[in-house]
Amino acid sequence: MVRRKDKEAQVKKNNVSDARTSRRSFLKGVSIAAAAGSAALVTGCIPGKDALSSEGFSLKWEEYFKKHYRLMTQEEKDQTIARLVKLAKIRHDLDIQMSSRPARENVLYGYAFNISRCEGYMDCVKACVRENNLDRKSKTQYIRIFEMEPGQLDPSTGDGKYFHEVPVDNKFYMGVQCFQCENPPCVKACPTKATWQEPDGIVVVDYDWCIGCRYCMAACPYWGRRFNWGEPEIPREEINTRQHYLGNRIRPRGKVEKCTFCVQRTREGRLPACAEACPTGARVFGNLLDPYSEIRYVLKHKKVFRMKEELGTDPKFWYFID
Amino acid sequence: METTSPKGFFSFLHDCLRWNMQGSTAFQIFRLLLLGGMIFGLYAYSHQFRHGLEVTGMSNIISWGFYISNFTFLVGVAAAAVMLILPAYMFHDPDFHRVVIIGEGVAVGALVMCLSFITVDLGGPLQAWHLIPGIGQFNFPSSILAWDVIVLNGYLLLNIFVPTYILYNHYMGREADKRKYLPFVFLSIFWAFSIHMVTAFLYQGLPARPFWNNPLLGPRFLASAFAAGPALIILVLAAIHNFTNYKIEKRIFHKLRLIIVVSAIINLIMLFSEIFKEFYFPTHHSISAMYLFFGLDGHNALVPWIWTSISCNVLATLVLAFNPGDNNPKVLLPACMVLFIAIWMEKGIGLIVPGLIPSPMGEVVDYLPTWVELGVTLGIFSLGMTIVSSLLYPALIIEQRYDRISGKVS
Repeated sequence: MVRRKDKEAQVKKNNVSDARTSRRSFLKGVSIAAAAGSAALVTGCIPGKDALSSEGFSLKWEEYFKKHYRLMTQEEKDQTIARLVKLAKIRHDLDIQMSSRPARENVLYGYAFNISRCEGYMDCVKACVRENNLDRKSKTQYIRIFEMEPGQLDPSTGDGKYFHEVPVDNKFYMGVQCFQCENPPCVKACPTKATWQEPDGIVVVDYDWCIGCRYCMAACPYWGRRFNWGEPEIPREEINTRQHYLGNRIRPRGKVEKCTFCVQRTREGRLPACAEACPTGARVFGNLLDPYSEIRYVLKHKKVFRMKEELGTDPKFWYFID
Repeated sequence: METTSPKGFFSFLHDCLRWNMQGSTAFQIFRLLLLGGMIFGLYAYSHQFRHGLEVTGMSNIISWGFYISNFTFLVGVAAAAVMLILPAYMFHDPDFHRVVIIGEGVAVGALVMCLSFITVDLGGPLQAWHLIPGIGQFNFPSSILAWDVIVLNGYLLLNIFVPTYILYNHYMGREADKRKYLPFVFLSIFWAFSIHMVTAFLYQGLPARPFWNNPLLGPRFLASAFAAGPALIILVLAAIHNFTNYKIEKRIFHKLRLIIVVSAIINLIMLFSEIFKEFYFPTHHSISAMYLFFGLDGHNALVPWIWTSISCNVLATLVLAFNPGDNNPKVLLPACMVLFIAIWMEKGIGLIVPGLIPSPMGEVVDYLPTWVELGVTLGIFSLGMTIVSSLLYPALIIEQRYDRISGKVS
């Protein structure tokens, strides 16, 4: 009996000292956690693979505090572009040209896709990937081509992963990409105004202002947006160095991107890469405000339709049949 | 427990901190476990921070996953505090007055978890300041996400300031001035409904996703929250009752059970109504529901998940409704636990993931969270529990002392 009491006392004592040690180890744990936390975040902030010089670091620092693109004066735009050009030189030893050219006057871009002509060669996809510096590791594509059964007109019923010789008898092909809606649900969704519609009708993203919440991706009824889940990887020799701030410049990790109808080309009066690459002439691109443009001819003389018109998004991308 | 003579707000904070450090051994061990969870979560997050969101199971098709699922569910838990505040202040129920503070503590923990889940889901967490009105660009009132930022932070502030004000006064040994805090209490009742409706509208407002674009979503959010939230609060109250000397009266459990039963039944009726709509005459818009309940093209990752959830939900609701054992904790507590988990399964992953499947281009893929997502989630849950326990622990000490001083309860 006595022994038992002793034991109990012993246990109690142990408990007391336990309480103390646990308190001590608790505090110790807190400090370890704090140290681990800050260390983890710091190492996370500075990826080892492109350790920056002090110049690079100060450029990045200034970039971090820059304004939303639409609030910048032309001078500020030039400054950020100068920084981005320098950073590309430091990090990839690349000489890039970057433009901030605004939309042209009296231009509203539209696109038409001829379903009877497309043979599914996917030259447009390839050209788009090269032109827009899309991430090769995740095989990002802005354009998808779906192989369709006759009697269907909804790409979601088609095969988007075909890998065989084309064209196949009794099948037809439908391309989809961002439709540059006139009433874009993605723009409405963005909590930081990082995506908007330009005066020429193109929906663009300020990649540096985007916070990567991906609400726009959930809001898009056409699956028109892509996210940079990791750091984009492009072989150095394949990087397109003619870039636009709102277009094909290499995106940072963790940001949303999308088709811009090749804003870097179209604002210089050229065709988007996909329209230029198409070997069958299925792709028609032009200015909707120009009554003599090819796109206006198509809209006037062909039977056209748009995808999911019931949603009221008013895409500027029409399908037609010869 | 003794105090440094209460002389001001500083000593109030100091005592709260000190009491937290002086808790019993079991309490400290519990907190050490939580600390371990947080450290693991931080490690997992540092991995994600370094490599980007590619270390998660998400993809361009399933662009929201485990983080946003947990966020959505926890908004409901936070809103459920109102199920204690409402009877206490609107219907002047004295029983509820004693536990209101516990509901508010749980709400603070849940809200911190919500905000953490949003933050870890961001691709550019360092750019989060772009959201702050004034220095950033805030897309208000157009973006529902902007609304959500406002209502969540507002509710967090309300749930911090009102209880702190009351507790501080009780700490000083005087009654809190009702004229000062009651308006905020009523505001917080209204606000609780708003956080949940706004979060539902986040999904409900997307015509791109027919599975979410459904007017029943908001009301169903409320019903499921008012079942899951009080179920969690019953569990917390039982823990407090068993492990501290702050005793909770049996009547409270009974009343909370009634609230849960009513909400859970309304929730099940709405679920049935949704299932009827999707499957009586299936359309293109029912494909997500088909994926969820029966699988699609050989992809059926969520089928066992959702059926487990629904069976548990029905079973727990029946047990709580028929109440075998007459509020016996051995029946009541497991039933609450099962109901809570069932609603977490359904309103988390079961709501978010199928909304994104199939993609608008008809593609079906499965989603499985990676260890990083699970680790970060564990860390955030540990953080939430740490917050709740370290808020409630001193709060209950102050309340007990105040009860003794004012001679209400011994």
